[in-house]
Amino acid sequence: MVQRLRVRYAKRGRLRFTSHRDISRAIERAVRRAGIPVAFSAGFTPHPKISYAGAAPTGVASEAEYLEIGVVSACEPERLRAELDASLPPGLDVVDVVEARSGGLADRLECSVWQIRLPGASPAEAEAAVALFMAAGTVEVERLTKKGPRRFDARTAVVTLTAGGVPDGDPHHPCAILRMVVRHVTPAVRPDDVLTGLRLVAGFAPPSPPAVTRLAQGPLDARTGETADPLDLDRDVRGGEPGPAVHAGDH
Amino acid sequence: MSVESLFPRLEALLPKVQKPIQYVGGELNSTVRDWDEAAVRWALMYPDAYEVGLPNQGVQILYEILNELPGTLAERTYAVWPDLEALMREHGVPQFTVDAHRPVRAFDVLGVSFATELGYTNLLTALDLAGIPLAAAERGEDDPIVLAGGHAAFNPEPVAEFLDAAVLGDGEQIAIAISEVVREWKAEGRPGGRDELLMRLASTGGVYVPKFYDVEYHPDGRIRRVAPNRPGVPWRVQKHTVMDLDEWPYPKKPLVPLAETVHERFSVEIFRGCTRGCRFCQAGMITRPVRERSITTIGDMVEVGVKESGFNEVGLLSLSSADHSEIAEVAKGLADRYEGTNTSLSLPSTRVDAFNIDLANEFSRNGRRSGLTFAPEGGSERMRKVINKMVTEEDLIRTVTAAYSQGWRQVKLYFMCGLPTETDEDVLGIADLAKKVIKAGREITGSRDIRCTVSIGGFVPKPHTPFQWAAQCDHETVDGRLRKLRDALRGDKEFGRAIGYRYHDGKPSIIEGLLSRGDRRVGKVIRAVWADGGRFDGWSEHFSYERWMSCAERALAEEPVDVDWYTVRERDEVEVLPWDHLDAGLDREWLWQDWQDAVSGAEVEDCRWTPCYDCGVCPTMGTEIQIGPTGRKLLPLTVV
Repeated sequence: MVQRLRVRYAKRGRLRFTSHRDISRAIERAVRRAGIPVAFSAGFTPHPKISYAGAAPTGVASEAEYLEIGVVSACEPERLRAELDASLPPGLDVVDVVEARSGGLADRLECSVWQIRLPGASPAEAEAAVALFMAAGTVEVERLTKKGPRRFDARTAVVTLTAGGVPDGDPHHPCAILRMVVRHVTPAVRPDDVLTGLRLVAGFAPPSPPAVTRLAQGPLDARTGETADPLDLDRDVRGGEPGPAVHAGDH
Repeated sequence: MSVESLFPRLEALLPKVQKPIQYVGGELNSTVRDWDEAAVRWALMYPDAYEVGLPNQGVQILYEILNELPGTLAERTYAVWPDLEALMREHGVPQFTVDAHRPVRAFDVLGVSFATELGYTNLLTALDLAGIPLAAAERGEDDPIVLAGGHAAFNPEPVAEFLDAAVLGDGEQIAIAISEVVREWKAEGRPGGRDELLMRLASTGGVYVPKFYDVEYHPDGRIRRVAPNRPGVPWRVQKHTVMDLDEWPYPKKPLVPLAETVHERFSVEIFRGCTRGCRFCQAGMITRPVRERSITTIGDMVEVGVKESGFNEVGLLSLSSADHSEIAEVAKGLADRYEGTNTSLSLPSTRVDAFNIDLANEFSRNGRRSGLTFAPEGGSERMRKVINKMVTEEDLIRTVTAAYSQGWRQVKLYFMCGLPTETDEDVLGIADLAKKVIKAGREITGSRDIRCTVSIGGFVPKPHTPFQWAAQCDHETVDGRLRKLRDALRGDKEFGRAIGYRYHDGKPSIIEGLLSRGDRRVGKVIRAVWADGGRFDGWSEHFSYERWMSCAERALAEEPVDVDWYTVRERDEVEVLPWDHLDAGLDREWLWQDWQDAVSGAEVEDCRWTPCYDCGVCPTMGTEIQIGPTGRKLLPLTVV
């Protein structure tokens, strides 16, 4: 292996229904089709050297998923981005590729920015529920895991949480929109868990399934409660090329 | 009239179901064609879950061929799991295609591929969800023609009530021909309605339209005769045989799903048909004669398929893949080509002989030698003569020890239980065989680190085979023998731990037997089971023997027949069988003689290497054996 490349990709539209296993198969096949010189592990059943950082749950869209590819001959990042993107189905879109130059990527993904659209829910009710939630010290929620029901606090990991509506929204078809920054902790606090928390503290129950999107992942700025592009550190080593146009704060 | 996509309505339901990705479509190499520009529109269904249905070769081939045809479009639909079925009923979302999420009822033809009979209840679910009346007789001008194909369509009588038509054999050419008949009929303004369209199809002799045939019964329940009920309908319907597989190199662009499926590989059919003459094997009887795809076409298909799909495994499919006349050259050529690319090759369905070890070695050149599978099918030499699976114990031991000595650590052996004339001793012979295999393996390798797994399932007599007259073994006897075999294997101190044992119990085989050799009266049972909630009968967690038996008892209460009559009863030579009017080309007298030969243990050779023994297929169907060698070789891939 001569080089590692860090890839930011999005899962959009109907492709949000892919699981992380579906995505890893799709990526491996796309890498083969694109002829990317991926490195393989040694041993009886060689695996391509592609590692995935905390994938968004099935059914959740994302603008900021990350993986790392090891290659056996050097690749130009922008060319690899274009080739891998062309080889993946529309909806799995490669947004950004940089050469890995420093540290571990997974360690930089300290928090996620989530957006939750709640069709049919009133923005005012959402705002009231959010206020109650944020005022609570802890909010114990329960989630069914493979090992049975598990109870944990969904409040402490939430750094910021705000509610609003669709700008110029149709008053007959309200749609509340939540935006939150959540630290990556164990057990993971997912957007669903925060919604459960809102129901518990305020009886807030949206009438239809939430549409969840991960807008960004990255290091947490403790001062602002926001995140930054985790690939900037790799870029900074070379003297700070501009990052991609899409940033967490732009949504 | 255009149709709207159901996707927005479906999408709202998907967050609530398991594995939603299977309903989303958008597979690599899938096709969405313009609705209004197509004159003939096909919905192709594999009546099982997406994960099983998507890799199906038959559906992929027809999907590609029909979509290449000018003025024709084809989309796919699969059985939805009960969680989505319930939501679709609650929200009024009809059965949809995964390509453009169009309602199935809007298509001209709903083609259903029945690889097994266990998909019948899933067909009813799909029809009902689509808003298509279950009974063909109740369908109107706006309903599609429901057309069955696949191996189970060689006896479609149990589902005759639900089908407008069925085709036997290879689908490539007949699908195009049917498309043309539908196109003409629509272009003429649909003269005579559905009946005339079905009449045009039936009169060719290549499409079976059940409602144009009446079945009469004797008072004791046997069939008196099956006869056309209107002029212009032939007495017998013939199967279809594609004669030059090189002219039909499909699938060219395999569908690559996002969801996980049962076969994650690019598969190429290296030949069709098999004349080994195994008497239990319906596939080997109904797909004759052998027609090979040439080594160069195989090489081209693999090259394009791997490039287009990104799959890292290539499967060379057929009923007995090592029998291809140039299989050694194919294996070596592909192994050379893909050396160092982490592309693995697999060869399912191989026979028990030493040649296959060499092949397997070639195929595993770059990988681990983990497991090899052989299918002796019968536990004793006597039993193997009855089923015409000619492999001696000596051959088997020699082959398996060769495998062990060349680094293979695990050998899997497949058997059947409940074969005609079988006794307890025949099944217990499997235990002896497995012990001998381990003993020989330990001697040759000097190691105790070798394993053998015995896998065994119940035998089901199938139409168009010499065993079509045989009594199916009852499930109590099958289960009893499976228990005795288990005890014989587990109880052995010296070898028991080295032998694995997997088995399927006998009850599901009885239902499969009912559906395989059933007649039109069995349709009432299928309908009752479906109405009672029966779904996904190929899945043990959904299949209910008790439901099938209680529904059969009620549905057949007025009839002089019952489940035993269809399954464990032996038929005599003159009895009219429900599928006698459906012509697979096999001479009935030859089949009967082969059945008699089976009972007396007389073997029959393969007609590829010995003179023709007059099974009847080639002269009846105007076909011939097409095999190599061509003498050509695979060239290395050009480096891009």
